[in-house]
Amino acid sequence: MAIKVITPGLATTVQDLGRPGYYHLGIPLSGGMDRFALRAANMLVGNDEGAAVLEAVFTGPELEFTGDATVAVTGAELPPRVDGQPRETWTTFRLRAGQRLSFDFLKKGARAYIAVGGGIDVPVVLGSRSTYALGALGGHEGRKLQAGDLLPVGKVDSVAKEGRSVPGELRRAPTMPAELRVMPGLYWHRITEASGEHFFDDEWKVALEADRIGYRFKGGRTLEFIPRTPPFGAGSDPSNIVDACYPYGSIQVPGGSEPIVLHRDAVSGGGYCMIGTVISADMDLIGQLQPHTPTRFVKTDLEAALAARHERAALLEQVRSTLR
Amino acid sequence: MTRYSYGGDEHIFVEVDEEMSLEAFFKSLSMTNAVRESRIKGVTEICPANASFQIKFDPDTIKGDDLLAELKKLERGAEKGDSVLKTRIIEIPVFYNDPWTRETLMRFRERHQDPKSTDIEYAARINNLGGIDGFIKAHSGSPWFVSMVGFVAGLPFLYQMVDRQHQIEVPKYLRPRTDTPKLTVGHGGCFGCIYSVRGAGGYQMFGITPMPIYDPQQQIGYLKDFMVFFRPGDIVKWKPIDRAAYDSAVAEVAAGKFAPRMRNVTFSLGEFQKDTAGYNHKLEGVLNGN
Repeated sequence: MAIKVITPGLATTVQDLGRPGYYHLGIPLSGGMDRFALRAANMLVGNDEGAAVLEAVFTGPELEFTGDATVAVTGAELPPRVDGQPRETWTTFRLRAGQRLSFDFLKKGARAYIAVGGGIDVPVVLGSRSTYALGALGGHEGRKLQAGDLLPVGKVDSVAKEGRSVPGELRRAPTMPAELRVMPGLYWHRITEASGEHFFDDEWKVALEADRIGYRFKGGRTLEFIPRTPPFGAGSDPSNIVDACYPYGSIQVPGGSEPIVLHRDAVSGGGYCMIGTVISADMDLIGQLQPHTPTRFVKTDLEAALAARHERAALLEQVRSTLR
Repeated sequence: MTRYSYGGDEHIFVEVDEEMSLEAFFKSLSMTNAVRESRIKGVTEICPANASFQIKFDPDTIKGDDLLAELKKLERGAEKGDSVLKTRIIEIPVFYNDPWTRETLMRFRERHQDPKSTDIEYAARINNLGGIDGFIKAHSGSPWFVSMVGFVAGLPFLYQMVDRQHQIEVPKYLRPRTDTPKLTVGHGGCFGCIYSVRGAGGYQMFGITPMPIYDPQQQIGYLKDFMVFFRPGDIVKWKPIDRAAYDSAVAEVAAGKFAPRMRNVTFSLGEFQKDTAGYNHKLEGVLNGN
């Protein structure tokens, strides 16, 4: 069985849970930006949670299936249609050989996860099927999908039942404004106390430059740096540091304006100071933010970050037991 | 003074020194080697950088505070280390002042500090190297350490192995370019680099190498075992080449016949510091000997 790509959508890529272990060589994790939604989509079609799926951003692809298939679409509210007939999101449905899957306009969120029973069976590269487009690595030929692509689908062990669904209260959508919890740290000491307060007080908006590498925010006051003599090798701008590693979720502020939060296809390092890191529990949420979404950064600490992490794990466990 | 910071709940960031030095790089490298050897459960990524490093971990497997305590213990061990590194020295051919980086830099002149010069002319002038030839001589005259691999897949950061007064220093572009030719030899702050893929970049552009350093298809002979060529700790010596040599190297790569010149070498920081010029001369001897 295979999937023919009729139209690719804006930037649809093959993703699984990612490719750990190569960040020290500049090869980032990659994988779905909203891993909760990715796991749920796989559970709905009876796959392993980490099987490869399609991640569609803002607009969906149009796909034709060469054989019968079990499908689920989670994450963003991107309503699916089978040969023009509407289907529910977060719900298992069936396609017959020759039928087409298409999508309506995006209603909520940013990224939809399209899981197919058997998983997208592109070759495993360095332990993962995820696409890292900047390095032309993994996924389908190391790039986003194009019209005419043919995607192999893996063997199905047991066909999942139609109509299974993740209850609404277990789906997580961004609040308005979106809230991202941040642990200050890294080079936080480089900005003034007043700027540190502004960063958390101001309302920011997701900028147009928001992709798998990172999300840029604008609209808050420019951050001021504490004056210093630049350390040797750092560069003369006050926001420069001797090039260092960038944590996933770290917030860098080139020139003091427009913070950038790095995500799954992160550049692994560079010379801009970072003032803190979005906690792991809120990373999925970033993948569902559209440009212009009002966003607040909320100060938190390690203890609260770990509590939030456990809450997320418990929510996922609830999805598992619902679908078991 | 080593500084530890959490990067969220999944990373510990360790700044060995605020400023760049070979001492800080060696301490960072030996600490990351020690972390790798100690096989701490729950550690998922170990990333050495120029004068700092980063550990990614699974907080469900190891508590951050326990990992922090482990790292501090390893730091005391690293300070006792004798800064000796078994590594490789590699010759990288460079076509300086080439037409492709020149074409690119001309397209982004309004983002440069000095729109009237090329990047190499500008770097030669602000480093008092007396023009392009003097610049090439200084740039290729001594070896460089790969002090970090990253930014994008397989991109090496390089640190010139000369005393601080003689290091080439240039600012980054005022605003980053949206394009850089693949295999451009660049420089920003005190660091050199080779752009492993085509894409955005802010470093000054001095030339281009015909030698691929990243091959996700793993078809190039010396990249068949692993797609990324460089490792932190590699030593590089640039070799200036002209257009004819560049073209023939490109043809060799395409025919699968290109093999980089490289030798295994043991580097001692102590010996290097005692007599930098003499030690670099010895390294070159290893590279060129048979």
